[in-house]
Amino acid sequence: MNIEWEIVIGLEIHAQLATRSKIFSGSATAYGAPPNVQANLVDLGYPGVLPVLNREAVRMAVRFGLAIGATIARRSIFARKNYFYPDLPKGYQISQYERPIVEDGTVDIVLDDGAHKTIGVTRAHLEEDAGKSLHEGLGAHSGIDLNRAGTPLLEIVSEPDMRSAREAIAYMKKIHTLVRYLEICDGNMQEGSFRCDANVSVRHKGRHEFGTRCEIKNLNSFRFV
Amino acid sequence: MTLTRREVEDIAHLARLQITEQELPVYAGNLSRILEFVEQLSAAGTEGIEPMAHPLPNQVQPLRDDAVTETDHRDRYQGNAPVVEAGLYLVPKVIE
Repeated sequence: MNIEWEIVIGLEIHAQLATRSKIFSGSATAYGAPPNVQANLVDLGYPGVLPVLNREAVRMAVRFGLAIGATIARRSIFARKNYFYPDLPKGYQISQYERPIVEDGTVDIVLDDGAHKTIGVTRAHLEEDAGKSLHEGLGAHSGIDLNRAGTPLLEIVSEPDMRSAREAIAYMKKIHTLVRYLEICDGNMQEGSFRCDANVSVRHKGRHEFGTRCEIKNLNSFRFV
Repeated sequence: MTLTRREVEDIAHLARLQITEQELPVYAGNLSRILEFVEQLSAAGTEGIEPMAHPLPNQVQPLRDDAVTETDHRDRYQGNAPVVEAGLYLVPKVIE
């Protein structure tokens, strides 16, 4: 019996928002500064600091939501995502779980043969980026640079609507163009301001349930997708 | 909820606080009483009640203007760190 398989792909894109300062503190977000000169006490996670939300980050997220015809939450919630890693000083990342700021949008992609396909965007939410770990050249140590910690991110989650790598690339390029057009992100993949994780599973063609999903993180070029 | 001596030692270690032998039972007692006090909240019926994000009615999240307000105080902040090299915080290597 010949079984035809199809691939099911969803993409999670993290776009660094092009604000001057971080999402919860007044530190600069400029790329390429010497290590840890753009990390203040809020970014370092000192006890007693108060994160205060950047107005422009909110406006940028809303702009994106409007551009994809999504619902903008009038009331949205920030939550703590707890995990331990040296580049996460607080031991949690401030992110959004329930009630993200943007929900239920769509994006139109054009495939190589000229066909159009609508890809659903489940949600987009605001969160903070973590710092950077350097593992080379420090012997038995890793070096932590927290300049990036607290940079605003917009996490854009698609529906698992893509059925080929080509469709995934078309979607990723569309989002890439969109965030640059909206001037909310510079889309610089080499500098890490536009990052993509793929969620991939396979199932028998014609079936509606999903197979076991596998997540591939940090695809930093269209080619790797 | 009563904390055991061992639990108090573990918590002190995590918080990087040094507690003497004599202080241990005092802390165990105080912390346990505080936790029991807070446990009373579980007795309150909160079915169907919207969580209150702020005590003042209609208060919204204060927002910050997008401006850089922090300058470089790296040397002061790194004064607390156990190991620093070339401006980086050094930690035990976390990957192979």
